[in-house]
Amino acid sequence: MSAPAIVIVGAGPAGVRAAEVLAGAGLRPILLDEGDRCGGQIYRQPPDPRKRPYAKLYGTEAERARALHETFSRIAPEIDYRPRTLVWDVAGGQVMVHAGGGVGRIPYSHLLLATGATDRTLPLPGWTLPGVYTLGGAQIALKAQDCLIGKRVAFVGTGPLLYLVAVQYARAGAEVAAVIDSGTRAAQVANALGLLAQPKVALRGLGFVAELKRRGVPVLKGAIPEAIEQTADGLAVKLGARRFACDAVGLGYGLRAETQLADLAGVPRRFDAAQQTWVPESGADGRTPAAGVYVAGDGAGILGADAAELRGARAAFALLEDLGKPVDAAKTKTLEAGIARWARFRAAIDGMFPVPAAALAALPDDAVVCRCERITVADIRRVAALAKPEDVNRLKAFGRAGMGRCQGRFCGENAQAILAAITGAAPSALGAHRAQAPIKPIPLDDMTRVAPNTDPIVEEAAQ
Amino acid sequence: MIDADKKPLPQHVDAVVIGGGTAGCAAAMHLANAGKRVVLFEQRLAGAQASGQNYGGVRQQGRCPEELPISFRARRIWDRLPEIVGHDCGFRPSGHIKLARTAEEFAGLEAWAEMARGFGLNVAILSGNVLRAEHNYLGSWVYGGSYCATDGHANPRLVGPLFARAAERAGVDLRECCPVAKLERDGAGFRVSLADGRSTRADVAINTAGAWGADIAAQLGETYDEHVLSPNMIVTEPAAPIFAASFGVCGGDIYFRQTPRGNVLFGGGRGISDKSRLWARPLATVSVQAAAKMIGFIPAVAHLAVIRSWSGIDGSMPDDRPVLGPSPSVPGLFHAFGFSGHGFQLGPAVGEVLADLVLAGHTETDISGLSPLRFTPSTIGAA
Ligand SMILES: Cc1cc2nc3c(=O)[nH]c(=O)nc-3n(C[C@H](O)[C@H](O)[C@H](O)COP(=O)(O)OP(=O)(O)OC[C@H]3O[C@@H](n4cnc5c(N)ncnc54)[C@H](O)[C@@H]3O)c2cc1C
Repeated sequence: MSAPAIVIVGAGPAGVRAAEVLAGAGLRPILLDEGDRCGGQIYRQPPDPRKRPYAKLYGTEAERARALHETFSRIAPEIDYRPRTLVWDVAGGQVMVHAGGGVGRIPYSHLLLATGATDRTLPLPGWTLPGVYTLGGAQIALKAQDCLIGKRVAFVGTGPLLYLVAVQYARAGAEVAAVIDSGTRAAQVANALGLLAQPKVALRGLGFVAELKRRGVPVLKGAIPEAIEQTADGLAVKLGARRFACDAVGLGYGLRAETQLADLAGVPRRFDAAQQTWVPESGADGRTPAAGVYVAGDGAGILGADAAELRGARAAFALLEDLGKPVDAAKTKTLEAGIARWARFRAAIDGMFPVPAAALAALPDDAVVCRCERITVADIRRVAALAKPEDVNRLKAFGRAGMGRCQGRFCGENAQAILAAITGAAPSALGAHRAQAPIKPIPLDDMTRVAPNTDPIVEEAAQ
Repeated sequence: MIDADKKPLPQHVDAVVIGGGTAGCAAAMHLANAGKRVVLFEQRLAGAQASGQNYGGVRQQGRCPEELPISFRARRIWDRLPEIVGHDCGFRPSGHIKLARTAEEFAGLEAWAEMARGFGLNVAILSGNVLRAEHNYLGSWVYGGSYCATDGHANPRLVGPLFARAAERAGVDLRECCPVAKLERDGAGFRVSLADGRSTRADVAINTAGAWGADIAAQLGETYDEHVLSPNMIVTEPAAPIFAASFGVCGGDIYFRQTPRGNVLFGGGRGISDKSRLWARPLATVSVQAAAKMIGFIPAVAHLAVIRSWSGIDGSMPDDRPVLGPSPSVPGLFHAFGFSGHGFQLGPAVGEVLADLVLAGHTETDISGLSPLRFTPSTIGAA
């Protein structure tokens, strides 16, 4: 048997921990990542990491960030790490990449997808105005670019990230106009017990809320703004009779898994009702129904960064087991127990901060749902009446929602919820958007050049 | 409608249509409009196979003489889609230009134009200089071309499904997600059965099962050498208008158009597919080659980003012509399948012609060159 060719996609917490395990077993995984540096979204490194200290960059997570970056530096000589490399297709035992102004293929025997997550957004009138960012985007501006999205910022959405980013902005000198959480106090009290699965993390979260209050930030619960409005001197978040004046808005209702590559690799997806989103089918060990394909981290369903490290390691051990290598059963058991604890914690979080998808049914006609194609709620309602789409892929085919550059990554679940409200179907019956290569846009002329360090996709193209 | 609650089937209908592409849906609609009771079975979703996955070329130019009469009939219907299905389906009569790269290819275009003139279709022959002057975005390799002003392009994702909805409004009992498991002779008519045991009787059976058409025919003892054809398709992000006409290239295996939304859409080469799973995929190797060709033909598109690629499943016959007409061996059975990669334009007319055959026993449109009879009758079993 020839040596296994292991490709890991994503150099965040899950991907780096997976690489560590595999390198430790003497295998030399290829680690591919779109970004400039390892760390993923949460432990993202600024263009020049030496300029800002860890404590300032990552706050309470400084030690975890340092540990992950140091692990990466230690294993770097034992792995084949390729930054600025986008994987855009998976087919026939190969990943197709876009890097260095060209495209190429990398064959694999085993594929470990640690593709992470993106913001789950909910549309509302005015969310396409300049100055409105996702929560994740607002945080990355601060972390990577060391700048704020505005001087006076309102945060709208739900979930732990809402409070974390608000606190980070306040500490960085922004005035926080308001934190508006769709989660109700009742739901938060009712589910709080589950937080005991991770008491330290829970305390930290409570600390954020307390700090915001101490700083005099209005924190509203059980509230969903009707609109973001343009005003003479900036923006305003409209909530009933109140208007919160601001110059920027951070918007986010939790996270959603990035599942396109899993879909292309033949991993079926299932609807996660608690998170109101689609996730690849996988066991706690990261194995999927597709032979030789593993998923780990938030790309396998949202459990957070700490869990991602455990899941990356666990999936790597599953891969080693499947290669017939000796694996310490005690170790995998400990990892699984840790993952299970995070799953319990996450169930509580999901209960405390549910995605208010039902609210989408009440959106006014002119709210934009699919930003790439500028498809409004009215467009979806019209298409539903005329052509009767049976699922989100048909809605996309008939009415273009999800047909643009992002392939429905940001509107898919919303279009699904709106269609469900119109037809009365269960959201889970309406399917997930099919991933289509290239999963992210690639310039046409780059497709005619060969990426460095890859096999040419077409032999003759190797001029 | 999706056959989710497994409603009982009607005991007996006038006609059963197997396959809900444009051809099947249009045929069902016309029959229902004429007062017939019709059930249409579609194994997945109406208009979601070849009829919904294709490139969207609405072209008469370049077709073989046997296809021209029905292609002309189809072209007249394309103008009337708003009144037939309630929407123009994005049809734009933008003109179609076929390009030649060599003197030989150019001679081929001239010969085709001469032939088409005999059928009453006017196609303008354009020299390389004229083409380059009028279409300055074309690469310098152009030798010449021919232009058919009445051709154009449309949005394939709408045509089949909107015919399906129009058929339902006309009274067709349309069952989606409902594969036909068995088609058999039952007295002078047919019995059509589903895997779950439900069945219906019909006086007439219409086989519009696309790439699966030969499988349906085989159930009644007729053998057709139908293969699967899966063209590889690519689309870019939207851009400001660069070109209006739809283009093909003689022997170039590349065709391109710019949608009303601005996306540059092009096809070239073949993807892969497995028709038993209704699964088709583009191939990166083919996409990369098509991208290089595309830039060669229109250099201005080089900076546009590709946002998606796909493929589909059409049936293809050895002589690249569909099988259309009454079954040679089974009275009451009508075939319309194997459109060989160019049936999108024909679909609406195929529906009318099938309805003519069922209702009147003949059609005004000359389809003799597409008859099932051209395939060796010796392979066709006795009724
Ligand atoms: C990628 C691609 C690009 C193309 N580009 C063009 C173009 O630019 N211009 C052009 O004119 N043509 C084009 N074509 C060809 C054109 O799309 C087809 O010729 C045409 O749509 C065929 O129509 P149809 O109704 O026969 O097939 P389909 O649309 O495939 O319909 C047949 C239907 O039968 C159903 N079916 C099969 N078996 C059963 C069963 N047992 N029970 C129930 N249902 C069944 C199938 O699910 C399917 O929906 C292209 C084709 C492809 C795939």
